[in-house]
Amino acid sequence: MLSELKAKLLAESCEEYLCRLFERIEKSSLNAFTTLAKESALKEARQFDKNPDQGLLAGVPIAIKECISTRGIETNCSSKILRGYIPPYDAHVIERLKAEGAIIMGKTNMDEFAMGTSTETSCFGPTKNPWDHTCVPGGSSGGSAAVVAGGEAPCSLGSDTGGSVRCPASFCGIVGLKPTYGLISRFGLVAYANSLEQIGPLTHTVEDTALLMEVISGHDKRDSTSAKGERRSYLPGLGEGISGLKIGIPKEYFGEGVNKDVEKAVWDGIHTLESQGASWQEISLPHTRYALAAYYVIAMSEASSNLARFDGLRYGSRMGEDKDWHTTFSAIRAQGFGPEVKRRIMLGTYALSAGYYGRYYLKALKVRTLIKEDFLRAFKEVDLLASPTMPIPAFKIGERINDPLSLYMADVFTVPINLAGVPAISVPCGFAGHLPIGLQLIGPHFGEAAVLRAAQAFEAATPFHEAKPEVI
Amino acid sequence: MITREDVQHISWLASIKIEDEEKDELVEHFNSILEYFHQLDEVDTEDVEPTYRVVDLANIFREDVACKSLTQDQALKNAPRTENGYFKSPRIV
Amino acid sequence: MEDVIIGLEIHVQLNRLQSKMFCGCSTAYHNSPPNSHTCPVCLGLPGSLPVINKKAVEYGIKVGLALSCKIEEETLFYRKNYYYPDLPKGFQISQYDYPLATQGHIMILGDDDKERNIRINRAHMEEDPGRLVHAGTIDKAKYTMVDYNRCGMPLLEVVTEPDLSSPKEARAFLDKLKSILEYLDVFDGSQEGSMRVDANISLKGGDRSEVKNISGFKGVEKALSYEITRQRNLARRNIKVVQETRHFDELRKITVSIRSKVGAHDYRYYPEADLTVMRIASWVPAIKATLPELPDAKRERFVKQYGLADDHAKSLTSEIRVANFYEAVAAKAAPKLAAVWIADVLKGELNYRDLSIESFSEKHMTEIVQMLEKAKITENGAVQIIRELLDKKEGSPQEIVQSKGLGKAEDDAVQKAVKEAVAESAAAVADYKAGSERALNFIVGLVMKKTRGKASAGEVHRLVKEEVEKA
Repeated sequence: MLSELKAKLLAESCEEYLCRLFERIEKSSLNAFTTLAKESALKEARQFDKNPDQGLLAGVPIAIKECISTRGIETNCSSKILRGYIPPYDAHVIERLKAEGAIIMGKTNMDEFAMGTSTETSCFGPTKNPWDHTCVPGGSSGGSAAVVAGGEAPCSLGSDTGGSVRCPASFCGIVGLKPTYGLISRFGLVAYANSLEQIGPLTHTVEDTALLMEVISGHDKRDSTSAKGERRSYLPGLGEGISGLKIGIPKEYFGEGVNKDVEKAVWDGIHTLESQGASWQEISLPHTRYALAAYYVIAMSEASSNLARFDGLRYGSRMGEDKDWHTTFSAIRAQGFGPEVKRRIMLGTYALSAGYYGRYYLKALKVRTLIKEDFLRAFKEVDLLASPTMPIPAFKIGERINDPLSLYMADVFTVPINLAGVPAISVPCGFAGHLPIGLQLIGPHFGEAAVLRAAQAFEAATPFHEAKPEVI
Repeated sequence: MITREDVQHISWLASIKIEDEEKDELVEHFNSILEYFHQLDEVDTEDVEPTYRVVDLANIFREDVACKSLTQDQALKNAPRTENGYFKSPRIV
Repeated sequence: MEDVIIGLEIHVQLNRLQSKMFCGCSTAYHNSPPNSHTCPVCLGLPGSLPVINKKAVEYGIKVGLALSCKIEEETLFYRKNYYYPDLPKGFQISQYDYPLATQGHIMILGDDDKERNIRINRAHMEEDPGRLVHAGTIDKAKYTMVDYNRCGMPLLEVVTEPDLSSPKEARAFLDKLKSILEYLDVFDGSQEGSMRVDANISLKGGDRSEVKNISGFKGVEKALSYEITRQRNLARRNIKVVQETRHFDELRKITVSIRSKVGAHDYRYYPEADLTVMRIASWVPAIKATLPELPDAKRERFVKQYGLADDHAKSLTSEIRVANFYEAVAAKAAPKLAAVWIADVLKGELNYRDLSIESFSEKHMTEIVQMLEKAKITENGAVQIIRELLDKKEGSPQEIVQSKGLGKAEDDAVQKAVKEAVAESAAAVADYKAGSERALNFIVGLVMKKTRGKASAGEVHRLVKEEVEKA
């Protein structure tokens, strides 16, 4: 799709294309964009029309999740506490996008500080699922998924701490990749749980995701956890097919709690892969059932520290008269954070506090080791793993928001991947009624090439990525 | 079990003010989530090392070279309250 | 003070580095406008990430080795979580378990005039917080102003065991630590706030208080003395010392309680996942090889090599710059004489003027010592030359000798004066012969008067004695 778009932009006018997108966005009821960088984007489009450059993404508009730092464009993580914050610097991925000629359209809605599975905890209100406006688009990168699925942007970037790219990709019927931890620099990604998260692309096709990966991946010396080594190439391997590929089916990812339509669509998908020359075998990831608890303990603990900087002193809002600093900051944080964020910060604070560290945080990190070892063991036997991305299709807006635990449960198949740091993609594999379903393909560390190749083979054999929601 | 007093203490540590009327709901949410976390107790983690960082990197450094800083204007631009080039903070005692 | 127990935590800025601990901001922020040396990293802007300054770690190891510490094979950073306006991330990147260096010691001269080892518990790396400026005094200010220029400066925190027993010993310890750090060329103590001290003080059997953030060594002595008196007064009135944190108010020279919730501190240390572990075992031998001769070793060598008195050797080696100055002079002029004149005279004159050794040229000092050696000037004259050079900041010793007529009187003139004086002092000569050594002083005084101070007193004393014994 992006390669066709690039050709089109060269043949026609980038400015007109972008204007049409902005018109569509302005009429949209999805509530997916939060800030539009209309002026700067149109200026760049005009420049492109005058003098088209040769970058990998020359002239391609892209939408960016609210939590990725963009110089001169408000970056607020969909939180009241960061409203008005305009970063003086670009995230590494933004620098890379700009260097390849991409045009930043604006910022997209998300769960506040990426804490959620539904994009309902945003201070801007929920984003709607383009396939059904009464449903959530998934989260936390719900805005980034909805703008792509809804035709408001050709591609976008999200971030994935426990499924935040893959979940909305699954719920919105598009492609979303969570890369190996360390493959993409986190410099400029506002941290929620820094040992778990990665930036990832959301696109219509696997090829588009591979293209974006070529642009945004690679070493960055400003991120100490950034993997070293040569830039990797993902496009050339696409289309090579998957004959002989061994796929593991983790039995813990099926059965109880998984929607029947989802389970059927995923099995159909596995059989499609088989028909393309892959083989499959059942395997076991025995510690899966503990992943959710371990994930939430770690994520909340890290969040409690990562979000300590928001106090209204250096950026963000500060209302009313100052009292002593503790009273003032406590009040600012009480007003500025939403209920879910407060809940996670406070629970994380508790999990790290004296007397509880060993029981919660340290214990969770040890369980994390076991989960990672499950994956390492599995990848000695098979090349990839296949599972549902989400156990359910998109749920109704408001349905789970007051029951935090039931919301957390939806992440059951996505969080183990972040704990292990391995890459995983979600590709459309069918529908439950009118709502899309995602197939998750999981690879070993730095196994993106194999993941993308298999996903592309699957996509080529199925029609689901071509389905578009009716524009309302 | 987490109590109202625990919630008060956590609120102090986390520097998030909570109202009395919020406490009961927080106690309930915290206890149900913590109860879910307690299933970790079932896992035998004797002799298991914790995974702090998922990729095994070591000795990542930068050289001791000074680079350009932000200007004072850039540094203060997002601050809600400033005075004479300083960030203005509430009093500390 | 037998009942006083003092432990120190010293925050040392590794200010000989070019850039901060985790970002590329320059360390040369002194005399700059506030908040002009910051970047997204040290300002804690959302999304920024730290990267460790390699040289800071090397400096840390260097200090650890110089303090005879054990260097950890694999060390790492932690987050220390607490809220304060000077801490832009809401946590400080510091160390906790497996700190860089542990179990060292520093030798000081104790109150009992005996050399004593003060144990070092640990030395760890961390980032400096920003600087708070108060409108008025800390407990009365309506608001606080924050400057993050200092924020992210590489710090080494040196923690002692509670081995010190008086403010004077604490001072001696700090002097020695500063001396070692400057020898290592990792630290410049002349910059304001480059070494800040937290002190834990208790009287035997009582609870301890912690006085935070004392700047300056005189400040430490004053704060400790105040705090000891305060605790003694409380004890006298049978009031228990509250375990608390206090702030030293430099203007009023008192400590004031910083009202913080007792027992509420809970730093929630956990490993910083944005940084990797540091495997440094293999660095140690190479760094060890670069360690310079340290103050104690230099002092011993000065005694042996130059035949100096121990107190002169100590005085000359306490500052690396003075030691280097001395050795440059001693290479060209009489070493013992040079030691006396640098340790006893020059250092005193510099101190009096609040100047450092850089204010005086090695060449000038060498000339002065050489002239003394050859008895071309008197001791008095030498002192005058030193003062003149320090105050006028121009001329050379030779020029001053000429312009001020400080050249020593010709030997003939002195001989003549001695003869005259002895002849004029029959009574004193008789007293001397009766056993009063002091009687000579009268005659020496007379000679000095006759030569208008241009003769050397020691020399005159010798000549008078000879003359009297001939008589």
